[in-house]
Amino acid sequence: MIHIQQIRKSYRMGALSLEVLKGIDLTINEGELVSIMGPSGSGKSTLLNILGILDQYQEGEYHLAGTLMKNLSERKAAYYRNHYLGFVFQSFHLLEFKNALENVALPLYYQKVSRRRRNRQAMELLERVGLADRAQHMPNELSGGQKQRVAIARALISDPKVILADEPTGALDSQTSDQVMDLFREVNASGKTVVIVTHEAEIAAKTARTIHLRDGVVQNETHQVGAAS
Amino acid sequence: MIWNTDHWLEIWQTVRKNKLRTVLTMFSIAWGIFMLILLLAAGRGLENGIRYQFRDDAANSIWITPRITGRPFRGLRAGRPVNMTMDDYTQVAAVPGVEHITARYNLRGNFTVRYGDQFSQFPIRSVHPGHRYLEKTEMRRGRFINDRDIDQRRKVAVIGNRVVSGLFKDQDPIGEWIDINGIQYKIVGVFTDVGGPGEQRMIYIPISTGQAAYGGGRTIHRLMFTVGNADLAESQRIEKDVRTLLAERHRYDPQDPRAIRLFNHVENYQRFVALFNGIATFIWVVGIGTIIAGIVGVSNIMLIAVKERTKEIGLRKAIGAPPSDIIGLFLMESLTLTFLAGYIGLMAGIGTIELVQHLLNTIPNPPDFFRNPHVDIHAAAGATLVLVLAGVLAGLIPARRAAAIDPIVALRDE
Ligand SMILES: Nc1ncnc2c1ncn2[C@@H]1O[C@H](COP(=O)(O)OP(=O)(O)O)[C@@H](O)[C@H]1O
Ligand SMILES: [Mg+2]
Repeated sequence: MIHIQQIRKSYRMGALSLEVLKGIDLTINEGELVSIMGPSGSGKSTLLNILGILDQYQEGEYHLAGTLMKNLSERKAAYYRNHYLGFVFQSFHLLEFKNALENVALPLYYQKVSRRRRNRQAMELLERVGLADRAQHMPNELSGGQKQRVAIARALISDPKVILADEPTGALDSQTSDQVMDLFREVNASGKTVVIVTHEAEIAAKTARTIHLRDGVVQNETHQVGAAS
Repeated sequence: MIWNTDHWLEIWQTVRKNKLRTVLTMFSIAWGIFMLILLLAAGRGLENGIRYQFRDDAANSIWITPRITGRPFRGLRAGRPVNMTMDDYTQVAAVPGVEHITARYNLRGNFTVRYGDQFSQFPIRSVHPGHRYLEKTEMRRGRFINDRDIDQRRKVAVIGNRVVSGLFKDQDPIGEWIDINGIQYKIVGVFTDVGGPGEQRMIYIPISTGQAAYGGGRTIHRLMFTVGNADLAESQRIEKDVRTLLAERHRYDPQDPRAIRLFNHVENYQRFVALFNGIATFIWVVGIGTIIAGIVGVSNIMLIAVKERTKEIGLRKAIGAPPSDIIGLFLMESLTLTFLAGYIGLMAGIGTIELVQHLLNTIPNPPDFFRNPHVDIHAAAGATLVLVLAGVLAGLIPARRAAAIDPIVALRDE
């Protein structure tokens, strides 16, 4: 599903350039539940952004579902993000002026799906994440865990191949973190490839496979026996 | 895009979030359009006022009155009267570019005109058939004087509608005979004239009849002709040809300013047209300047909005909004704001003008130089076009700024 080869990425800061990813090789198969772990500043988010076609890389190749993702036009990038990927962020990024249902439905809007169908699908997903009764609530009326569940529902609504989450539990307490992780495992069990960036070992422990990043290179990989698929 | 409820919903949601800001911006646009409309109407009022002063006589005409030479010429002394005759009429009529032409033989003062036992005083003009085009004479019944009347010196009269009301009351005057100074004239036509009550009291008779009845011989007192659609240069060319012709015929210095008095209405009219155009241009410049200030205001406010909505835009891009969609969102918002505001300004402007018109109609002595101010369909269409352009312009920079937002930067967790 995800296949990257010798990806290099550096940030130019005035005269000097800072190399953040120093040649990363990684393959993630369809249906895997993978975590990317590493200390702060190791390049986890940068890698995830490249996987999410939000960022460019200078060297190497990235194939998503068999298609090379390089030098895409804005329009093409938007298309792949919309159809292939679902994002979950640490700070949720729900639109404050839309209720839970509207937030979940938003990605389908960019697929030109009718309002009625959008709302019906959004409602189904809210039921699935256990928030059907909060559909009409505004984000500021929801708890952190509820917000993240809404965000996960939003990531799922376009039926993407891959869910990418950057520190999805970073703003949550441990109990809600567990609930959210359970949800991710359930999503994964339904057949979606899930990639979670985290710096917490407890979170990584709940995934089947962990890629350890350090200073822009993959240090090693661990597999958790007994974790999901 | 326009019929998409979601877009309208989003615009409504952002507008509601920033009520005061929205209202202030809209006010600046509304004010700009309001001023533009008022200025345009005021310009139109002035123009109508000036046109009203010109209402009586054809604006494309040249009038010539013979006078007395002011310079000696080829051995002839100064101070000779220029005596124009029917031959001048014939010759000037042949000058290329001369359209409708008439001579006048003046019958001075008012004449007692009698019909049955009714009588009253009216002025009389003896003229050629072409005269009706020079005074904008509008026939109501019957006909104007024709060539046969001239040839046969018929005793026929064409009378103004005030003559009718003065002598005939409700009776049909056509075919009736009136008595002017003991001579019977048959009425062949009734006219009206926008020139006012004075013109509507006029009685026209054939010039040949006038000359015969009052001992004029072949003398004429004035030549008047129109020049069709001639522009200023063309009218001046015709004027020069006629001047040369008359100077040769009557043997005076063509440069002599006193030999004839010539009045070229085209020249005057063109000068006023140029003045109106100047005023109109000035008004558009001022009005558009005001609107530009409004555009800059809207643009600025939307730039702030884009900045405030950075995270939102970043998220929209991350979940797959194409750049065109982001641009469309902001363009629509700006278009909606400017259009709504502009419409309010337009309506307020038109309302104010209606009020002014109403006042002008009710006051006893409305000013002559300012008449019937109004906004015509072209001006309104122009203002609307300016509005749409303004909306697009105002939204363009903010929309592009929004589309250029980098989602990574926008969504980065602090
Ligand atoms: N836009 C940027 N410009 C310059 N340096 C950046 C930028 N984004 C990230 N970095 C740097 O790249 C490194 C890796 O960042 P990041 O991928 O966010 O790490 P992590 O998510 O693992 O904490 C850090 O040193 C960070 O300062
Ligand atoms: Mg990070």
